[in-house]
Amino acid sequence: MLLIHCPYCDETLPEAEFAYAGEAHIARPADPMATSDEEWRDYLFIRTNARGPHYERWRHVHGCGRFFNALRDTVSDRFLMTYKAGVPRPDLPATEDAQ
Amino acid sequence: MTRFSAMSLLKNALTGQKGWREQWPDSQPRAEYDVVIVGAGGHGLGAAYYLAKEHGITNVAVIDKGWLGGGNTGRNTTIIRSNYLYDESARLYDHAVDLWEGLSQELNYNVMYSKRGVMMLAHNVHDIHSFQRHIHANRLNGVDNAWLTPGEAKVFCPPLNISPKARYPVLGAALQMRAGTARHDAVAWGYARAAAARGVDIIQNCPVTAIRRGPDGAVTGVETARGFIRAKKVAVSAAGHTSVLMDSAGLRMPLESYPLQALVSEPVKPCFPCVVMSNTVHAYISQSDKGELVIGSGTDQYTSYSQRGGLPLIEHTVAAICEVFPIFNRMRMLRKWGGIVDVTPDRSPILGKLPVPGLYVNCGWGTGGFKATPGAGHLLAWTVAKDAPHPINAPFTLERFTTGRLIDEAAAAAVAH
Repeated sequence: MLLIHCPYCDETLPEAEFAYAGEAHIARPADPMATSDEEWRDYLFIRTNARGPHYERWRHVHGCGRFFNALRDTVSDRFLMTYKAGVPRPDLPATEDAQ
Repeated sequence: MTRFSAMSLLKNALTGQKGWREQWPDSQPRAEYDVVIVGAGGHGLGAAYYLAKEHGITNVAVIDKGWLGGGNTGRNTTIIRSNYLYDESARLYDHAVDLWEGLSQELNYNVMYSKRGVMMLAHNVHDIHSFQRHIHANRLNGVDNAWLTPGEAKVFCPPLNISPKARYPVLGAALQMRAGTARHDAVAWGYARAAAARGVDIIQNCPVTAIRRGPDGAVTGVETARGFIRAKKVAVSAAGHTSVLMDSAGLRMPLESYPLQALVSEPVKPCFPCVVMSNTVHAYISQSDKGELVIGSGTDQYTSYSQRGGLPLIEHTVAAICEVFPIFNRMRMLRKWGGIVDVTPDRSPILGKLPVPGLYVNCGWGTGGFKATPGAGHLLAWTVAKDAPHPINAPFTLERFTTGRLIDEAAAAAVAH
């Protein structure tokens, strides 16, 4: 079971308390009427599906109930960091060797 | 290729089984091929076989980063069925079942296709409505599927607990008799042997690292661990790693890769006559010919390439099995494993041409690709050979995510796929 650090509760807790909520930092098109089919496709369906460090959203459903973001390596499933929603996307940690 | 027959078995039995030769050579890559297929699972090997047999294209290489059949082909729960809701899916999966019927004879290799029936359990009113809708849709599409009462379900599968006091009582079931199981390794080996006999090169332990395109945008070949291989056409059938490979060709795919787990028990005497699936409690189970109970679990909630999967899912699955089949509650489990499945937003595959000339894809089978193996291979071969999709796979384009013509089996199938 994964251990996940909730940046709001400031506690590291078992995966069963959390719900995965997909890739992070995907912004809804600001002007839906002016958005093309291709842009809707990219927003709705296209995902990075990274093999390696992956920016993603989690929700602490059985705790504070809040959404936060995480950077997790999808090969080792190790969490590299978690951070609060609304914080700009952090750079990859320099020490992490690219998978 | 030596044909297997009663005579060849007898002859080898009398000569100490020393006359058997390797079933396919360990090919080394050549500099150029007409078609390169990435991924030597059942789908990729099947495509190579049908390219050679039905379209006369034999200058073909199937390249895999591991050994053939070592990915999801060797990691699934071997269930075959075609009781899908939508017309497009029913045609696609029933095409595969049609090919399963004669596959052992066609390949001269026993794939042990067993039409033992797949029974899907209804545990609540929503399940009953949903399954009866499926049954009616299936019958209109010529796909067999029938409704069973709890009593009839118990007769068909005696270990089933139909007590009304159960936490999730069985209220009925949908049964597809033509559905069943096959031996997954034999499918990969049978296709490999038959394709190699027609001149296809099967190159194992050779990771494809990138797809190369020329100045005109068309595919020129693939970069591999053993150097560049030129190819007129490249077909990608790489399951969970498809989107990684497509990135190298400049294509972003509507795919996410999840670990899907399965487990088997210790082998026991025959006690379980069919395949039973329950979407609501999320358990599916059958018994292999070796005697192990083969149990399918779910996908983890997060994307991953770890080929392991989390233990909470296994716990959940085993609890569901014990609930539906109390007879198994002291059974010991032997091993569990995971495979990486590529899931599309509508849970239907993408099988066809891509915007890149000379590049074809067979992906997005998600958690249910094994059942489609012969059909996917057959249709991919057709699409590559004719540079146009077969009518059966024509709706399963990448473009449907732009036009909105989704084939939304995700909504139709609820959980298990």
